[in-house]
Amino acid sequence: MIYSEKVMDHFAHPRNVGEIEDADGIGEVGNAKCGDIMKMYIKVNDGVITDVKFKTFGCGAAVATSSIATEMIKGKKLEEALKLTNKAVVEALDGLPPAKLHCSVLAEEAMKASISDYYKRQGIDPEPFVGKQSACDCENCDV
Amino acid sequence: MKKRFVYADNAATTKVSQKALNAALPYFTELYGNPSSIYSLGMNCAKAVLKAREQVADAIGAKANEIYFTSGGSESDNWAIRGCAKLGEKKGKKHIITTAFEHHAVLHTCRYLESLGFEITYLPISNKGIVTARQVEEAIREDTCLVTIMTANNEIGTIQPVAEIGEVCHKHGVLFHTDAVQAVGNIEIDVNKMNIDLLSLSGHKIHAPKGIGALYIRTGIALPNLIYGGAQERNRRAGTENVPSIVALGVAITDAVKDITAKNEKVRKLRDKLIDGILKIPETRLNGDREQRLAGNVNVSIRGIEGESLLLTLDLEGVAASSGSACTSGSLDPSHVLLALGLPHEIAHGSLRLTINEENTEEDIDYILQVLPPIVKRLRSMSPLWERICKTENIHDYTLD
Repeated sequence: MIYSEKVMDHFAHPRNVGEIEDADGIGEVGNAKCGDIMKMYIKVNDGVITDVKFKTFGCGAAVATSSIATEMIKGKKLEEALKLTNKAVVEALDGLPPAKLHCSVLAEEAMKASISDYYKRQGIDPEPFVGKQSACDCENCDV
Repeated sequence: MKKRFVYADNAATTKVSQKALNAALPYFTELYGNPSSIYSLGMNCAKAVLKAREQVADAIGAKANEIYFTSGGSESDNWAIRGCAKLGEKKGKKHIITTAFEHHAVLHTCRYLESLGFEITYLPISNKGIVTARQVEEAIREDTCLVTIMTANNEIGTIQPVAEIGEVCHKHGVLFHTDAVQAVGNIEIDVNKMNIDLLSLSGHKIHAPKGIGALYIRTGIALPNLIYGGAQERNRRAGTENVPSIVALGVAITDAVKDITAKNEKVRKLRDKLIDGILKIPETRLNGDREQRLAGNVNVSIRGIEGESLLLTLDLEGVAASSGSACTSGSLDPSHVLLALGLPHEIAHGSLRLTINEENTEEDIDYILQVLPPIVKRLRSMSPLWERICKTENIHDYTLD
């Protein structure tokens, strides 16, 4: 299996690792059974993601996709951030091995989950903005 | 300590020894004949193959005419199991006994046989990674044609009571095959004393090249062919002999079985230091029995982190190792061996296998023990799973110190 240099760079030097104590939204996706958990924290000001941090339990691709996803949404308006797709994450990393594509989906979902949480905390129904939170489709999960 | 390269994945493959390489090299260039040819160039190659056959036979207490060269462990396993299945089928016996933690070359061959109407019993293993002769005896039925159980496990290194299992098989007239790919060169093997009817071995685990192996077939077992074609290997395995690799295997296996006790004493000492050092890291466990295991095998689970991340980070520090995490197995499930031990998925995902051999030094071990704890700490500090473990189990989170 071969990882791109971009993936290895984000794995070895992940951007925005950590927690935000007074986060405005926190999203956690994946589960330990499947071997991937991503947790994303966002700080929102005037509809703009001013800060974002993540913690990930998972493989190299899981760390790299969460790292680059935080870079791609930092400083963005919420509606712009929500346009981030797993495909864009993969492209930004110069590709992922086929078996690792699900990690990019998790990164997209972690981002959406954190924004959903933000809307909920504001008393706003997130569904019109974020859509339905997709369930994990792997065979191990009953999520 | 200065950064160094430490190869700690000898169960995956080994370096070809200089001696094996030197022995093989002439057979690529000057001595390139086909052993089936009648002229001296060919005949010299046939003699070299014969010599290697004797060397392999000597290493496992067999006769030279019981050794058949193959492309490696997987082919040997396929040939033995599918062949014995055919033999059994002729007598209306379509039941095979194996274990839940065999190598995929055995397990997937058994699954294939299930699709052909065979019934397979997958014996469970103990939480120490051992299967007993008694379990085998209790599973043997009238229609059992084969028992196939590995000599030593490739992931957790546990050594199985092969001699006793073989005895039970023979008592009930059942053929016994063992995949000894990880065991040859690490424990003494005698096919007669251990009651083995068929044994698979591989070259690249014992300092011979990849792509060469052998199957031992006890005299009198009319095992049907797996590969049909020319008359090589006394009509039983077609294909022009891989002469350079066969020669290398002969040399390598001779060296591998020499002074096993002394070699193991040295390797076990290093291994024990490694195990003790790693177990000092909080929330770690050794997988598999500590005593009944290969001298060079370390397999630990490190809670809260995932195996592939650990391997990639170790690699950045120069340490080559392996893991049974799902991410390294190419599926969503972690290693079937660790699951068979009864480990929950999340603990199996965080496994680390270090397999050392006689070429490793004390400096290698010290180096691993120096780089591993900070890597674990860093990965845990960014793991939401570790955070959760600490909170729910009231464990002190040392990554915050």
